[in-house]
Amino acid sequence: MNVIQETINWLVSPQTWSADGHDMIARSLEHLQYSAIAVAFAAVLAIPAGWFMGHTRRFSGVIVGITGAARALPTLGLVTLFGLLLGIGLVPPMIALVILAIPSILASTYSGISAIDTSVLDAARAQGFTTRQLIARVHLPLGLAMIVGGLRSAFIQVMSTAILAAYVGAGGLGRFIFLGINTQHTAMLLGASVWIMVLVIVVDVLFGTIQRFATPAGVRRLNATTSAQSSAG
Amino acid sequence: MISFESVTKTYPGPRRSAADVVAVHDTSFNVDTGTITVLAGSSGCGKTTLLRMVNRMVAPTSGRVQINGDDIAHMNPVQLRRKIGYVMQHAGLLPHKTVAENIAVVPRLNGATRAEAKRSVDRMLEMVELSADMADRYPAELSGGQAQRVGVARALADEPRILLMDEPFGAVDPLVRTGLQQQLIDIQHELGTTMLFVTHDMSEALRLGHEIILLAKQGRIMQQDSPTRLVEQPANAFVENFLGLNAAEKALRTRTTADGRTMVVDAHGRPAGFLEQA
Repeated sequence: MNVIQETINWLVSPQTWSADGHDMIARSLEHLQYSAIAVAFAAVLAIPAGWFMGHTRRFSGVIVGITGAARALPTLGLVTLFGLLLGIGLVPPMIALVILAIPSILASTYSGISAIDTSVLDAARAQGFTTRQLIARVHLPLGLAMIVGGLRSAFIQVMSTAILAAYVGAGGLGRFIFLGINTQHTAMLLGASVWIMVLVIVVDVLFGTIQRFATPAGVRRLNATTSAQSSAG
Repeated sequence: MISFESVTKTYPGPRRSAADVVAVHDTSFNVDTGTITVLAGSSGCGKTTLLRMVNRMVAPTSGRVQINGDDIAHMNPVQLRRKIGYVMQHAGLLPHKTVAENIAVVPRLNGATRAEAKRSVDRMLEMVELSADMADRYPAELSGGQAQRVGVARALADEPRILLMDEPFGAVDPLVRTGLQQQLIDIQHELGTTMLFVTHDMSEALRLGHEIILLAKQGRIMQQDSPTRLVEQPANAFVENFLGLNAAEKALRTRTTADGRTMVVDAHGRPAGFLEQA
């Protein structure tokens, strides 16, 4: 029996999914939950910061610096570092995942807000919008699709990296990756990897749909006319 | 009446060590209630800065602006802006809102009910001669001229006593521009709104203004007069130059055509129009 057949067998085996077996359903939910918490924390930090930078159109250098530096950060190193500092448990990988999620949310919020036509903002202020109304009625509707895009890529990155939570004993789907490596159980290793990929794709499609709905009707038409014009010209 | 009293606006220089940039220096003038006053001048003469002082989009560094004797520096800027219409070169319509929603913005901000706002929208669409079925379109679906009409409608929707216009027709083609100018004259006649209009186009200034204020750098007033007096008695060489009266290529000649009419031609012999007895 080859590896692919074994992997498929492992994935369809009731033992893999049942609560008294590997309980992949519970681990999957755990995995999604960790990812969601990490992205939520990152969003709370990065969206206001990105809004501020986009609104003032300053500190764009900071964005470039942070996103560049974050790409070079080894997440496993971060998990190990925080694990050594804070001990075993959920907190060290969570911190690492939040750090991982911040740059894409920060950058997308910044671009979403700073891409809004200045004449639109100027006109809105001149009509007598308060700052709060400007945020709620102009920034948010026009920037939302970009912000959701940032959450989308952050979530996917975090989901693929959240396997590291198991590295410091915190559970999630990473458990089967590390168990598979340690026991040379290739079918488990591969099966869990495939399953994570499936989940990532599902989440991506979900976010893509949200992103489409987050784009206001008038802007969708704007994009349609611009792309029609650019393809015609 | 809007009065500007010795207003000055300086901006910090581009670099910390650079000197401050003076946009407007010690400028004073009055805008009479119920008239169109045009601020004309080349780019960088401070005309937009002066305009934006009226709705506190720009705060003067020194001096003050008064509306009917009240210093606007003591007014709440948000409340002030909701009482003053503002039209800019790029209409600046909210792209995610329909035409009707864009026009209804200020009435709604001022507490109008949906039904009241709807009535304002209908009235305004009629006034700027846009058909009622435009109401549900989005700004992306409008031509430049249509967008600008909506911009005017939005600015007038809550019947402000003052309307500020910053080169509103600069980006539309000449034929449409002439139509929009005529429409603006009609609207002003009907509503009696006090209008302050910024342009660099002298023919537009002469066409619209009851009063024209011609500005040089830093908001220095070269002449403030009615269009007729400005043309008949230019105060100095700057005004003459700006009007283009003494430029040889601006001189017009007449020629009699085959059918006996008098055609006006420019210095290059190109037709500029026909001459008719006034």
